[in-house]
Amino acid sequence: MEWEVVIGLEIHAQLATRTKIFSGAATAYGAAPNTQACAVDLGLPGVLPVLNGEVTRMAVKFGLATGARIAPRSVFARKNYFYPDLPKGYQISQYELPIVGQGKIQIELDDGTTKTIGITRAHLEEDAGKSLHEDFHDLTGIDLNRAGTPLLEIVSEPDMRSAKEAVAYMKKIHSLVRYLEICDGNMQEGSFRCDANVSVRPKGREKFGTRAEIKNINSFRFVEKAINYEVERQIELLESGGTVVQETRLYDADKDETRSMRSKEEAFDYRYFPDPDLLPLDVDDAFIAEVRSTLPELPDEKRERFIYEYGLTPYDASVLTASRELADFFEAVEKASDGEAKQSANWVMGDLSASLNKANLEITNSPVTAQMLGGMIQRIADDTISGKIAKEVFEAMWNGEGDADAIIEKKGLKQVTDTGAIEQAIDAVIANNPKQLEQYRGGQEKLFGFFVGQVMKATQGKANPALLNELLKKKLSS
Amino acid sequence: MALSKSDVEKIAHLARLEINDADIPLYANNLTNILSFVEQMSAVDTTGVEPMAHPLAASQRLRPDIVTETNQRELFQSIAPQVEAGLYLVPKVIE
Repeated sequence: MEWEVVIGLEIHAQLATRTKIFSGAATAYGAAPNTQACAVDLGLPGVLPVLNGEVTRMAVKFGLATGARIAPRSVFARKNYFYPDLPKGYQISQYELPIVGQGKIQIELDDGTTKTIGITRAHLEEDAGKSLHEDFHDLTGIDLNRAGTPLLEIVSEPDMRSAKEAVAYMKKIHSLVRYLEICDGNMQEGSFRCDANVSVRPKGREKFGTRAEIKNINSFRFVEKAINYEVERQIELLESGGTVVQETRLYDADKDETRSMRSKEEAFDYRYFPDPDLLPLDVDDAFIAEVRSTLPELPDEKRERFIYEYGLTPYDASVLTASRELADFFEAVEKASDGEAKQSANWVMGDLSASLNKANLEITNSPVTAQMLGGMIQRIADDTISGKIAKEVFEAMWNGEGDADAIIEKKGLKQVTDTGAIEQAIDAVIANNPKQLEQYRGGQEKLFGFFVGQVMKATQGKANPALLNELLKKKLSS
Repeated sequence: MALSKSDVEKIAHLARLEINDADIPLYANNLTNILSFVEQMSAVDTTGVEPMAHPLAASQRLRPDIVTETNQRELFQSIAPQVEAGLYLVPKVIE
């Protein structure tokens, strides 16, 4: 039987505020345990939560960027459960009335087509602390620094039909929240993580199959692997006559498998109710208009502009606009190269990206600056160096030997465009290879490449390739 | 709607309350009365009435995103039963 996969994602994006959602304690990552957990975060008796205004602004920003309706009035609710890293015995979240309503986002697929994924809602909530299960003589250690950190939970519609689509969606949301500067997107530190709801159904059937929820996946690669594993598991189960049970599963990256965490029967009964400690959150039109005026150029807009303004292919434009930093770098290179857009795109996506990957560096820490790369591209454009020599120049720049002009000067890499000098080299090569000349003239035209190589060698690769070709052709046939 | 013994036990468990078996009929009766009261309210026609999220007719005040709380770990942990390496220690919980 042919199966169709149905996936919905719940993404938790940690909002990039300085302080907690309901207290004035710092949210800085990596502080000593419990040094950023104040009385409110600890849920001590008598404390009251007060909402961080910046959190509201960031949620509205996200809503506007996904074409969602912003709720004029939203309500905080208590989600009740007991766990030691949740000091109050409930998590403050939003339930029936979230701040951000239905929206949508477009993803680009490998085959170049696009697909719209619906976003059901996005709501504000607080994060829990951390439990450390090792090394405490059979006790659990609790660090509450993370307790009360603001999260935006972004819930998608079950619109994705493959693990690849789910990854494309997750990457798109990741890119968007970073463009909006509402989340640092750091997945190692847990600032951006997701739960995946996965089910399968016979192709053509309308009714969804029973879903399993995979919890807390914190990398793009794991999302793809966890979903693929889960899809395989469900299909095998159904094809061997079994049934999928609704449950929560955990992905184990070491074993590359998902395993059951709790079944529907054991599922928590959260008993949501409006939090009496917090008043309804009102967002008026003036505030929404003010936030709208601060929206940056969004990834899709930038991509379209790169296509028409720089004449880039849709693929190149997508790659270059994946992050705001990369897009900014490209634009700075293009400017420094005096309008060599295609070359700039090629160098940024090619040699530069490869070198950064190899050195495990971010674009913002590139040892080759946009100015330097643009300057080098100018020297290719004005025929000072060939594209081949440019690779040598790039490597020298990467190794800190200065800018392109200094390196070209120091290493004597300037291209030879002097017709006389090239002709001289050609004459010498021809004179030294009478046999090859005879074969060439006898019809073995493939040998042209041999002569080009010899002349290049004689000029240490510095002969202008176009000029060399032209002169050589003339000499060989004369 | 009358609550059964098992309903009361479930509610107590969810709230992590320990209760005496002997008290269960009383609790069941009291809680059932509360539900009956709510049912009476359900009979009121609320067409066009906006649901109330809070008894105060006011909206949430917002706080500027400025750090105001300093580290008071030693003070807070002075009343904790057990701490180590800056962590609160609790009976082992395993998922």
